[in-house]
Amino acid sequence: MSNSKKQFWWNNAQHRSLFFQVLLVALLVGFFWFIGSNTLTNLERRGISTGFGFLSQVSGFGIIQHLIPFDETYTFGRTFLVGLLNTLLVSAVGIVFATIIGVVVGVARLSNNWLIAKLAMVYIEIFRNIPLLLQMFFWYFAVLRTLPAPKQSWSAGDVIFLNIRGLYLPEPIFGPGFNFVFWALGLAIVTTLFISRWAKLRQEQTGKQFKTMTVGAGLIFGLPTIVFFLADASLSWNVPALKGFNFRGGITIIPEFTALLTALSIYTGAFIAEVVRSGIMAVNSGQTEAASALGLHKNRILKLVVIPQAMRVIIPQLTSQYLNLVKNSSLATAIGYPDLVAVFAGTTLNQTGQAIEVIAMTMGVYLFLSLSISAFMNWYNKKMMLVER
Amino acid sequence: MRKITWSIVAVVVALFISAGLAQASTKDEVQKRGYLQCGVSTGLPGFSNPDEKGTWTGLDVDVCKAIAAATLGDATKIKYVPLNAKERFTALQSGEIDALVRGTTWTLTRDSSLGLNFTGVNYYDGQGFLVSKKLGVKSALELDGAAVCIQGGTTTELNLADYFKEKKMEYKPVVFDTHDATAKAFDNGRCDVLTSDQSQLYGLRTHLSKPADAIVLPEVISKEPLGPVVRQGDDAWFNIVKWALNAMIEAEEMGVTQANVDEMKKSKNPGVRRLLGVDGIGGKGLGLNDDWAYQIIKQVGNYGEIFERNVGKGSPLQIERGLNALWSKGGIMYAPPLR
Ligand SMILES: N[C@@H](CCC(=O)N[C@@H](CS)C(=O)NCC(=O)O)C(=O)O
Repeated sequence: MSNSKKQFWWNNAQHRSLFFQVLLVALLVGFFWFIGSNTLTNLERRGISTGFGFLSQVSGFGIIQHLIPFDETYTFGRTFLVGLLNTLLVSAVGIVFATIIGVVVGVARLSNNWLIAKLAMVYIEIFRNIPLLLQMFFWYFAVLRTLPAPKQSWSAGDVIFLNIRGLYLPEPIFGPGFNFVFWALGLAIVTTLFISRWAKLRQEQTGKQFKTMTVGAGLIFGLPTIVFFLADASLSWNVPALKGFNFRGGITIIPEFTALLTALSIYTGAFIAEVVRSGIMAVNSGQTEAASALGLHKNRILKLVVIPQAMRVIIPQLTSQYLNLVKNSSLATAIGYPDLVAVFAGTTLNQTGQAIEVIAMTMGVYLFLSLSISAFMNWYNKKMMLVER
Repeated sequence: MRKITWSIVAVVVALFISAGLAQASTKDEVQKRGYLQCGVSTGLPGFSNPDEKGTWTGLDVDVCKAIAAATLGDATKIKYVPLNAKERFTALQSGEIDALVRGTTWTLTRDSSLGLNFTGVNYYDGQGFLVSKKLGVKSALELDGAAVCIQGGTTTELNLADYFKEKKMEYKPVVFDTHDATAKAFDNGRCDVLTSDQSQLYGLRTHLSKPADAIVLPEVISKEPLGPVVRQGDDAWFNIVKWALNAMIEAEEMGVTQANVDEMKKSKNPGVRRLLGVDGIGGKGLGLNDDWAYQIIKQVGNYGEIFERNVGKGSPLQIERGLNALWSKGGIMYAPPLR
């Protein structure tokens, strides 16, 4: 009889867990569907517009900095892209600068030179402890004030101008034939990458070193230059010139961007410096001593022994600093930088009144950015992890 | 931003909870609470401005007071909620305020797709330009290529784009979300021009480091009818806010002032008697006391009085009545009959 005892599916642990998982998903979906449809019905009852139709309506307002063509005749959907690109721009450049500042200051903090170490400490303590928004106001309102009016601009060789309205740079105009130069540049970069891989392999196998840096630099600068002359490419410059009240032509870096970038880099740089310091200090000093006992040069010790081990401690913390920087960039609106929050979750939201859709899209973007950065840093972390042999 | 996000969360939650429930009446809520929550600006001289002691005054503030006087019988029972341009509509939608009286332009989009209703117009305005004298500009048509400071989320931002496009001129918009930052950036020289509703430019100018260095250009490039706003769907409350303003305009027309209102109660003029609730429908239709309009005039004043006191002859702004004069005196202020 024992065999014929019927096996119910819920007696099987695997089936049971599958059942509960399906149930949970169904409940969750049902719950969100309920909230969603309920909200929509109520919005409609209250006479608030819903849906994403507004994305194709004409926006009717201007944005000072747009990396893609934009004016008031473009749609609200386009304002989303313009804002997003502005957020990406300031975040990406900010991450680069913050990292450079962080590494330099973090290493300086550990310097044996008393003055340098103390200066680094003062830097860290000041900028880490003052609220970011105040720092932004400082750079924007206090520092900006000291710049001259357009008519009294500071200029470098009459091609670069700096005034309270921004930094004006000449814009390269690529004539016909210039695309060959870009191709050459691409080719040079790819070749250099291959050479560096080959050189590494060869060094591992034979111990012979190769001057990848010199050859690479030669390739990257030389090849496009040669092609430039061969292809008879032309390059001209659109130099900014004072016309009316302001400079026109060329590339303008608006002060809102500079102030935001400065504040973000300096603030996050202070945190990254501490991350770098903790990473380096986490490397057992026995490692350094052992390496120098082997007769390795100081720089080589840093590069081959300390940094690879420190990175394991640094990367996870660095990730969260990068995430902070991206999210903090949304303070932009306080000083008039047209980022996603200012343009889309600000003006577009206000002109259309479609708060729920706009905020959902904006949150989606930040979520996506954060997850992407995490994913990338996790991948990088895996790569840097000690390879157990 | 955080404030807006929370308001939006509140809107969603409110919408979710209100599923199937009838909407509570704002009037009952205000009376039960004992005070009115009125949304105003963060500080605009003449319209809504707090002094050092935190006492609010201004033309918009007086409309809040009129609503409180009518609903609660006491014009001082108000909690003012300062709001910038971007926060104002969500604050009203989420129920954080009962009425919004903050220099808000009545437009089709706002009236028809935000779940809000405009109850009237308490100031007819138009958009103007404030420029530094140093520019040597006499007309807005000379502004090609100018950098312009503006507050975001306003009709100002849209009119500006329209105007420059129509005149085939270029401009660089520098957009801030607070009034302070906008003014400060202009003061610092970041922009050639500051643009806003013209009435505000005069008040704003007094806040600059050197007021005499800036002038307001003659052009008015838009219609900005500014009025009180309430949530859509609460008709009883809509009526109260609408008629609180109408009563002030009607009082001016009938010559009823804060000073003579008690005497006027004995007047033989049937119009005055109806206004003050001596005869006629009184407060029945609105669900208020019969003396609701009397309380407004007694405690706040008629429209002419609040105008002169806040922005006109009795104020530093010295704004002419212009469009805001009564219809019978060359303006377009006109209240339907209180009968
Ligand atoms: N009438 C405009 C409002 C214009 C507006 O908000 N102007 C700014 C002037 S810079 C203002 O009033 N700011 C006051 C504040 O934010 O408290 C609209 O309804 O969109």
